[in-house]
Amino acid sequence: MCSLCGMLGGQVHWTDRKRPATEAHAQWRERQVRVRLVNTVLQHYGLTLAEWSGTSYVLSSRTGRTAIVDNLSELWGHAERLCGRRCDPLDEQLLVSLEHTSR
Amino acid sequence: MADYTVLTPVNILTGFLGSGKTTLLQRLLTSPQLADVVVLVNELGEIGLDHHLLQNVAESTLLLENGCVCCAIRGDLQQALRDLLSKRMRGDISNFRRVVIETSGLADPVPIAYTLLREPVICHHYRLSTILTTVDAVNGMAQLETFAEASKQAAVADRLILTKTDLVDADSVNTLAAHLRRLNPSALLLGSAELDADSGRLLIDDIYDAAGKPREIARWLAADDQGGRDPALEVLAHNHTHDIHSFSLTFEQPLDWSAFGIWSTMLLHRHGGDVLRIKALLNVAGVSTPVLVNGVQHLVHPPSHLDAWPNGDRRSRLVFIVRGLSRAQIERSLAAFTALVNPQPTVTA
Repeated sequence: MCSLCGMLGGQVHWTDRKRPATEAHAQWRERQVRVRLVNTVLQHYGLTLAEWSGTSYVLSSRTGRTAIVDNLSELWGHAERLCGRRCDPLDEQLLVSLEHTSR
Repeated sequence: MADYTVLTPVNILTGFLGSGKTTLLQRLLTSPQLADVVVLVNELGEIGLDHHLLQNVAESTLLLENGCVCCAIRGDLQQALRDLLSKRMRGDISNFRRVVIETSGLADPVPIAYTLLREPVICHHYRLSTILTTVDAVNGMAQLETFAEASKQAAVADRLILTKTDLVDADSVNTLAAHLRRLNPSALLLGSAELDADSGRLLIDDIYDAAGKPREIARWLAADDQGGRDPALEVLAHNHTHDIHSFSLTFEQPLDWSAFGIWSTMLLHRHGGDVLRIKALLNVAGVSTPVLVNGVQHLVHPPSHLDAWPNGDRRSRLVFIVRGLSRAQIERSLAAFTALVNPQPTVTA
């Protein structure tokens, strides 16, 4: 546990295991890439994600509501609570939005 | 977290009521390779008959109480696994190297997997190995059509073992085998009559076992070649009663790991109950060797990394077993997410 912020050191999430052993700087870079990419999806729900201290993320709504999440698996439940909608990757409107973004 | 490969592997042995789980286990445990196995038995009813049957085979049999693992026993399973750790550390029991959990016939094996992968103490000492499901050749087809539990047990399996094949004609066995192969193409399917002295490998081989990994990958690829990409078989793969079916997707270009992680965590959050199985051999952009991803409903094992490509084919291959979700939906969705990084990933049938 971090004595300053009280954060517990959690398990390594499976999405953080891209390589057998990832160096710290490479892992940091991948977290930045992940945040940028997930924000492309979250903008559909009016939410943004920011990296926090290399161990967690802060999820924010446009109205200022926030949640701390440890990994991507935890993210979607918090996102649904903050935006009041279902975060469904099969949702037609989301897919149209993403397909438009990548054109 | 401890190195995943040094954790004590745990197999789940499941199968519908009367499908021959205990008989199979008795045979497997005669293998010298499995001399140091602890068996946890989960039994419905007051008298744990199977427990007594197993006592003669594996000395360290522990009977779980309170009936079905899926709804009420998780705490007991947690306690049983923790107790085993304590006893091993104190030297009260021999230094077991593997645990086999035999579920009740109506059990959902997924909560057991959840306990192994997510319980904070257990996940640092144990890891989930293969799931074995017995299917009774006499009643199996009717059970698969009638009982959702039976279909799910077959769909999440790594090994499907047909039992009582000597009690029905060859055509019935072949029909059932074909049905199972379409329902779960990535599982190894064999008849109990085919078991031999080396059948302990059914429990031992998995993608985290250094010796068994190549054999396991060969099975994954063979299953994919046999049925996963054949659209005709995919149509047949429907279990109409429970709307369970399987299909595979192949990507020509390397996949972006972040996009895949974002997509799959979102999919499993919203539809994990209907994604019974994901098995993937991925060519990840920026990683020179293949990454194996193995998921059971909401759970994803820690990815396993191979030292080299098993053959010249470097395409990413994903096998899905789903309930009520269409291949077209999933294919379009994954393509939309990966296109955020790589505008035109090629998906082939």
